Amino acid sequence: MQGNIKEKVGMLFVSLICAIMLSPAWALASEVVAMDQIPAAGDPGWWKWPVILLFVTFVMGIIAVLGGVGGGVLFVPIIGGFFPFHLDFVRGAGLLVALCGALAAGPGLLKANLASLRLAMPVALIASTMAIVGAMVGLALPTHIVQLALGGTILGIVAIMLSAKKSTVPHVPHADALSSALRITGVFYEPTTKEEINWKIHRTIPGLLTFIIIGFMAGMFGLGAGWANVPVLNLMMGAPLKISVATSKFLLSITDTSAAWIYLNKGCVIPMMVVPSLIGIMLGSFVGVRLLKVAKPTFIRWMVIVILLFAGLKAVQKGLSTMGYNLF
Amino acid sequence: MTQHTTQATEEQVQYAAILEKGMYFGLALMVITFALYVLGIMPSIVPLSEISIYWSMPVHDYLVAINTNFIHGEHLPTGWSWLKLIGYGDFLNFVPVTILSGVTILCYMVITPGLFRRGDKAMAIMAVAEVLILTLAASGLLSVGAH
Repeated sequence: MQGNIKEKVGMLFVSLICAIMLSPAWALASEVVAMDQIPAAGDPGWWKWPVILLFVTFVMGIIAVLGGVGGGVLFVPIIGGFFPFHLDFVRGAGLLVALCGALAAGPGLLKANLASLRLAMPVALIASTMAIVGAMVGLALPTHIVQLALGGTILGIVAIMLSAKKSTVPHVPHADALSSALRITGVFYEPTTKEEINWKIHRTIPGLLTFIIIGFMAGMFGLGAGWANVPVLNLMMGAPLKISVATSKFLLSITDTSAAWIYLNKGCVIPMMVVPSLIGIMLGSFVGVRLLKVAKPTFIRWMVIVILLFAGLKAVQKGLSTMGYNLF
Repeated sequence: MTQHTTQATEEQVQYAAILEKGMYFGLALMVITFALYVLGIMPSIVPLSEISIYWSMPVHDYLVAINTNFIHGEHLPTGWSWLKLIGYGDFLNFVPVTILSGVTILCYMVITPGLFRRGDKAMAIMAVAEVLILTLAASGLLSVGAH
């Protein structure tokens, strides 16, 4: 009975959050402020946006955990679409949000041997190099082009989330020559089946080449890249799902580091945006972990998809409106 | 199959330990430096009441504006030039961000000798390459000519 009430309260809370974030009134209000927010002198209400940012990132932290996505992928399109901050600073903050999430989770995952350093090292070398290139290209391009490309990417992520399958332990008949030479293999204990699972990978070269694109996009949009890392590691290279998810999370601590340095050195870090975002996401994640017990994963996953769809369309609309095309 | 095969390798545990310490130190420092900034205990370059004027600008315009209005430097405050402004609350907050962004370089540097010692040459070379790449990104050399 008590569990039922808790479940209903949890669902109501999550639905309310969803409704607020999807509300056109919210979008319109933020746009009005964005257009009109440059005061002639000091603004006594300057603290409102950091406080709203803290609240929204707190909610985002909850949704990210419940929806099984990284904070960065929600942060950039939502904050970039509905807040008055310029996209340059949003991408810088987005990378730091994803980086801190990865730094917080990384040590535990490495110690538990779920994240594999040997699998991450070659992938990270390629992804982090390309993240630098992506960050430099992203900061050199006009904002409306980046906004448009970001919208397209978010809509692509929605398509991946709708279509991608997962394989708990993919069938890998033989490890390929490169992964054998690099000894990318391991054993992990699966408590649900009480088995020790030996894993190895294949298609290492195509997999590594895919990380050229993933790294570039992570750096260009400040998104983090768990949405792309996991399918490639799991479905293409054949790493078990748990190893893929954990290694992907740890991988972000390296990929996002390289891009974060570029954004930091180019001046795209405003502490008044970054710190409330980090605090909000981390507190939200703690609450999200507790809500996991009562939330319905399918509902949350659909909610994340709808939010991303809306944020992706919003980014496309913002990019096109700057070019003189008004869609909505 | 023995139980210890499920355990993390020596370099993985070493890497995790440094990452964990760096992460806790960086996050704790971030809370402290942000409190010093937002509570007005330390002065800031951009007054808090004026910050909302600047955060909607593209980064280049923002840098030009804060340099013209507050810093009055010869060059825009890019790369590591924030170190000169560390006495101000807003730029002091760059210290924990730098620590959080730099801890991965330290992790790689620490595990590299062990990889060479164990004859794990391919992984050791990759670790060296990663240190070089991340150091290049951190150096600020790639930020020259910011748009």
